[in-house]
Amino acid sequence: MLEVDERTPPLVVHEGDSFRLEEFPLGTRVVYSPEMTPGIPDVEGAIRDALLKPVDDDPLPSQLFPGMRLTIAFDDISLPLPQMRAPDIRQRVLEQVLEMAAAAGVDDVELISANALHRRLTEAELKHIVGERVFRSFFRDGKLYNFDAEDKENVKHLGQTEKGEDVEISKRAAESDLLVYVNVNIVPMDGGHKSVAIGLASYNSLRHHHNSHTMVHSRSFMDKDHSAMHSSAWRMGRLVGEHVKVFQIETTLNSHSFPKPYDFLNRREWEWSIRDQGKVLAARRGLAVAPPAMRRKIFQGVRAPYALTGINAGAVEPVHDRTLDRVFRQQATEVDGQSDVLVLGVPFICPYNVNSVMNPILAACMGLGYMFNSYRGKPLVRKDGAVLLYHPVPYEFNQLHHPSYVDFFEEVLAESTDPATIEAKYEEQYATDPWYIHLYRTSHAYHGVHPFYMWYWIAHALDHVGEVVWIGGDRRAVRRMGHRSASTLPDALEMVSDTVGSSPSITYMHHPPMTMADVR
Amino acid sequence: MMLALELYRSLPRYVASKVVTKRLSGVSAGALTPLRLVNKDEPRVPRVPGWARVRPRLSGICGSDLGALYGGTSRYFSALVSMPFVPGHEVVGDLVDDCGDLPAGTRVVIDPVLTCAARGVESCESCAAGRTNRCDRVTVGHVSPGLQTGYCADTGGGWGGQLVAHSSQLHPVPDTLDDRQAVLVEPLACAVHTALRAQVPEGASVLVVGSGAVGLLTTLALRQLTPAGSLTVVAKHPAQRELARRFGASDVLAPSDVIGGVRRTTRAMRLDPEHDSPYLLGGVDITVDAAGSAHSLATALRTVRAGGKVVLSAMPPAGTDLSPVWFRELEVVGTYASAREEQLDGTTRSAFDIAMELAGSAPLTGLVGDAYPLHRWREALDHASSAGRLGTVKVAFDLRSKS
Repeated sequence: MLEVDERTPPLVVHEGDSFRLEEFPLGTRVVYSPEMTPGIPDVEGAIRDALLKPVDDDPLPSQLFPGMRLTIAFDDISLPLPQMRAPDIRQRVLEQVLEMAAAAGVDDVELISANALHRRLTEAELKHIVGERVFRSFFRDGKLYNFDAEDKENVKHLGQTEKGEDVEISKRAAESDLLVYVNVNIVPMDGGHKSVAIGLASYNSLRHHHNSHTMVHSRSFMDKDHSAMHSSAWRMGRLVGEHVKVFQIETTLNSHSFPKPYDFLNRREWEWSIRDQGKVLAARRGLAVAPPAMRRKIFQGVRAPYALTGINAGAVEPVHDRTLDRVFRQQATEVDGQSDVLVLGVPFICPYNVNSVMNPILAACMGLGYMFNSYRGKPLVRKDGAVLLYHPVPYEFNQLHHPSYVDFFEEVLAESTDPATIEAKYEEQYATDPWYIHLYRTSHAYHGVHPFYMWYWIAHALDHVGEVVWIGGDRRAVRRMGHRSASTLPDALEMVSDTVGSSPSITYMHHPPMTMADVR
Repeated sequence: MMLALELYRSLPRYVASKVVTKRLSGVSAGALTPLRLVNKDEPRVPRVPGWARVRPRLSGICGSDLGALYGGTSRYFSALVSMPFVPGHEVVGDLVDDCGDLPAGTRVVIDPVLTCAARGVESCESCAAGRTNRCDRVTVGHVSPGLQTGYCADTGGGWGGQLVAHSSQLHPVPDTLDDRQAVLVEPLACAVHTALRAQVPEGASVLVVGSGAVGLLTTLALRQLTPAGSLTVVAKHPAQRELARRFGASDVLAPSDVIGGVRRTTRAMRLDPEHDSPYLLGGVDITVDAAGSAHSLATALRTVRAGGKVVLSAMPPAGTDLSPVWFRELEVVGTYASAREEQLDGTTRSAFDIAMELAGSAPLTGLVGDAYPLHRWREALDHASSAGRLGTVKVAFDLRSKS
């Protein structure tokens, strides 16, 4: 935590494919991520140890036998953010799991990217995650593939939870003798029962928790004990466990998000050396003159030099408890009370625009969904306070990845921005649209219902705050979302003064790297 | 002598209209058209029974009039008109002479088609069957060639102080309709014919492309006279969108969103050909091109389902890509003017009678804006050319106004 005073230098604020140095009003509280956790020096050893000494479970080799059906699922490209420098931690885990399987004489192995309703990964993206050796061994034979939630022949309905929620996941996974799940935990929302019960689930299953009511009642969805979405996923995951043995492998990373020459973004501004300041100046100048496409290419090309901070394997729930402990140790910062205004700099990437455009809906989801919800206890901003977000919010969509987003933005948001209203009127139409389904299955498009989920993601923020203002946002795009835009921070504060007064308390949450606020 | 606007033969002006006026806007475009304001002899009544003089009150400016003035009309029609002629076929006026059962002074609207009856020749097969809009004799008989009043050198037209009309063309206007409603009866009769000719099955999805006067009145007729299910209208301007809904549209789409909007509602597949506009596999049951532009017709052809029907209610453009007609086995239906005998609910009635009824009950108030005197014809044409953008549905001349 930092409180801005006369000596505080301008602070980095991310705004899409760029960043600015902003001078905040005196007294602004700045929430930083804790110090970077050191990585484990012997990664291969740590992976081996986790597989051989699992939590509340038998060693992996003892669960492998000839003739068995083994399925290995892994998190897709939405994690981690930015993408991890090769070799990806999933590759290193997969290689050891596969070596053990080979040693046990297991022949029937399939690897599934747990996309749920995300887009199919390209061959290059799959190869980056699993590594050259695994890719070469499995992809051409069709043993390494993206999950297809619309392949009705290959999803299996396992039953309903005690709350009547349908549990429908990959048939191959459900009918395996062992399902190994390899997770990368970059935010506490991920992992646990969410991995299988959501990552390998169909729309019929996802609709029970990916809806506006659940999102509004998830306080926050980074806090599984107070998240209605997690409660549902846990019920579903336990039901999955009645049908298939799940061996969960969860990894945690430190906050080393930026490689050279952007490593100054990992450090706090007052810690910048003369060399760092030179880099900042050069980066600012370079980005200012670079065309938008080049800026996007530069940022999408960032490969983070994360280090592994922990790996746990075994039974889903105890493994996940240990994972969360490590994630919060890296990310949690204590904050004393709420403020009138929360300021967020929305960066260039979110889970759904990897190698793509961050369209207005994704910008909203990243700011008001992920970043607003990065708290435990209570939100950083008081009820009916204001959220100010930095992002250009370009009126721009990628037709390949986000075809239904375009229609959602043009048709649905033009009629209503209320998550519950649009859910009732439009969700089913988009979710079952054969064209979107076709593009999801055969192209690289997010499922037709995905923009709805992104909008539900911000339902809690919309329900909680009184004002949303985008600083530097495209006015037309911002207006379509029912928000307002301002040119500068002083202008934005002036605009919200009717709601929060002329001298509001302000908290700036410094992202990335990811930070969780423990608000007391 | 009477004051009239006259369309005359002029190759330079025809070329100028076709080429230059597309690049000009405003009153200067009108000045290049082969149209002039003249004092000329009133048209003579043919020396056969059934003809009478009519003094127009209001006369509308139709899209086909603008097409003729600005060189947008196919040369196909050049053999069907006689030059020079006084345009104007959407007319409400007063009978100057007694005509059959109608005494002088009767307020009438005109069915402009000059059929066998008007020409004094033996009825052709179409006229005998009541399909008067398909008359094969529009170039022979007592008057010069001309498919309609307003395209014939002998009859005069609504853009002049007087015209002559045959009793078969005259429809008395009830007192319940004011002049501004009455001048819409002719285009409404055309819309009635379009709606009935489309033969819409119960619950069929229909897309009307265009929301000028033709599109809006067609929407009204489709909703009132057919069992159409979803009725989607393509509208560019806010006033048009509002009117389309008022006239019965269940949905309104912006031109830029037609393919997307139709695709979503009909759950069709969308294809994006190389260097061409997108189209649908699947789509609505029936599309109506009510704008008559290359873009509107392409939209109509590309948003209808395989085996569906495309109705041409506006004069079609030349040079259209008919690939969808072939590949999707489309049924293309033309609808020209209106017929004396239309089939509706098992009965046979004139489209004008049906239109007269509709005009009495439909929310037509405000559709005809301020009417122009003849000498302000350039402003009138400029207004008519930009009617949609300016929030006007129908621009008309007021033949009684001097200022």
